Amino acid sequence: MDRHHGAAAPAPPAIQILSAEKTYPDGTHALQPVDLTIEEGEFVTLLGPSGCGKSTLLKMIAGLLEPSDGRLLLWRRPVTELQNSANKLAFVFQSPTLMPWASVRSNVRLPLELVGTPRAEADARVAEALKLVGLGKFAGALPRSLSGGMQMRVSIARGLVTQPQLLLMDEPFGALDEITRHKLDTDLLALWAAKKLTVVFVTHSIHEAVFLSTRVVMMAARPGRVVEEVVIDEPFPRTPDFMVTPQFSRYAKQLQDSLLRASADTDEEVAS
Amino acid sequence: MSSKVLPLMQQPRVQRIVYPGLVAVVLLAVWQGLVSGLELPPYLVPSPLLMVKTLVTDWLALGSALLVTVRITLLAFVVATVAGVLISFLFVQNKLIETALFPYAVLLQVTPIVAVAPLIIIWVKNPTASMVVCASLVALFPIISNTTLGLRSIDPDLQSYFRLNRATRWQTLTRLRIPSALPYFFGGLRISSGLALIGAVVAEFVAGTGGTGAGLAYQILQAGFQLNIPRMFAALLLISLTGVALFAAMAWLTRRALGAWHASETSHD
Repeated sequence: MDRHHGAAAPAPPAIQILSAEKTYPDGTHALQPVDLTIEEGEFVTLLGPSGCGKSTLLKMIAGLLEPSDGRLLLWRRPVTELQNSANKLAFVFQSPTLMPWASVRSNVRLPLELVGTPRAEADARVAEALKLVGLGKFAGALPRSLSGGMQMRVSIARGLVTQPQLLLMDEPFGALDEITRHKLDTDLLALWAAKKLTVVFVTHSIHEAVFLSTRVVMMAARPGRVVEEVVIDEPFPRTPDFMVTPQFSRYAKQLQDSLLRASADTDEEVAS
Repeated sequence: MSSKVLPLMQQPRVQRIVYPGLVAVVLLAVWQGLVSGLELPPYLVPSPLLMVKTLVTDWLALGSALLVTVRITLLAFVVATVAGVLISFLFVQNKLIETALFPYAVLLQVTPIVAVAPLIIIWVKNPTASMVVCASLVALFPIISNTTLGLRSIDPDLQSYFRLNRATRWQTLTRLRIPSALPYFFGGLRISSGLALIGAVVAEFVAGTGGTGAGLAYQILQAGFQLNIPRMFAALLLISLTGVALFAAMAWLTRRALGAWHASETSHD
């Protein structure tokens, strides 16, 4: 599975999800047991309708939510035991989640300050991260003076500034217009390739999932569960032209069908 | 910033001063006209001119009374702010603490200070201290409720972000909770500054009947006994002006504090 970054050594899988499930105290089954292994360097998308537990799963990977049963391992260790896990994984939320009172620079510097990085080094890394997302000129601006897409870029820069190995993204571009989203998708792929990141990306857009991923994990709702895994075996770098190829349509159709089948099953269960 | 310069009278900043000013001029003129025209005696309604004249002639008594009242107001305002902020921090440490104590903060707020003031004045020997206590009790609640609300009003995702990055309790407090709370806190300050003045005047009234204190309220009482109505009006005017000045100071402070993030951060580039 290492065809993308060619790390031949027996590197531990970045993420192992072992029968992790989530049931809330009121009995709501947010997520049925999931088994999933994600190798270093993969770009995995969790795709599904709202209520399928994809965000729940992502938050469990980040350690923001505890599974009610089962285990999650990052590099073979529980996320809570990871030394400096803050530096190894970065989480990008659906909204930019910036501090409105602080400049772009201070926002991006925050994760470095929280772990006590010396100021000079932090400033250099912030400048680099901002350049990476194309916002070098906006370091002194306040978030509210930026567009939604630019705020999201700041949020990504804040994720990248700690030089994480694992990037977890919870529908990061869901609130943006389509043109901006395509642009950010393309930029994200370039970053993923350049930084040899492992990305877990949550989305409800089939097209975004096919465009970005090395593998799509299809999920369904009521109850939240994984229904299918589809490897998108297409070369990188991918350009927007990829979206008008027959292969792209075939993958999209395959995912669409599997989603319809999954919801049809659920409807029958409800009906019977 | 728009590059076009508006004519003076169309600038909002000028309008905010000029238009209320015009209203004041008209009102004062009507007042003066009515008093002169109807030949109202000064012991019923003094004319604005007489009021100002009294202010000047009686400045020795009124000015020192103003100082006393302002001092009590400011002391009470500081006490209320410090105590209110400390109590808010206590409240947000633990939901149970807030649940247990918040009703008493409300109790403090809804009990009329006029009813409690005599007790406090008996209990606290030092007259200034007793009046400061009264006035701070009046000013305390908005600080507590606003600051508590502010400290709790945090973007939940931002809070998750801090947790993900293993932020300590202290880091979360100083870098997230306090900045998030500042706009609410300043809102509370603005309300409380006015309440501190009201509390100070009420306390002076109550204490004044007991024979202590020489603040503006005491001047009003004395002037009332002597039917020195122009002096009453002059003292009243000073109280109103003090309130306006306090409000303006708080508005300025809010702009300074909340706008400073803006200025200090954007001036970098």
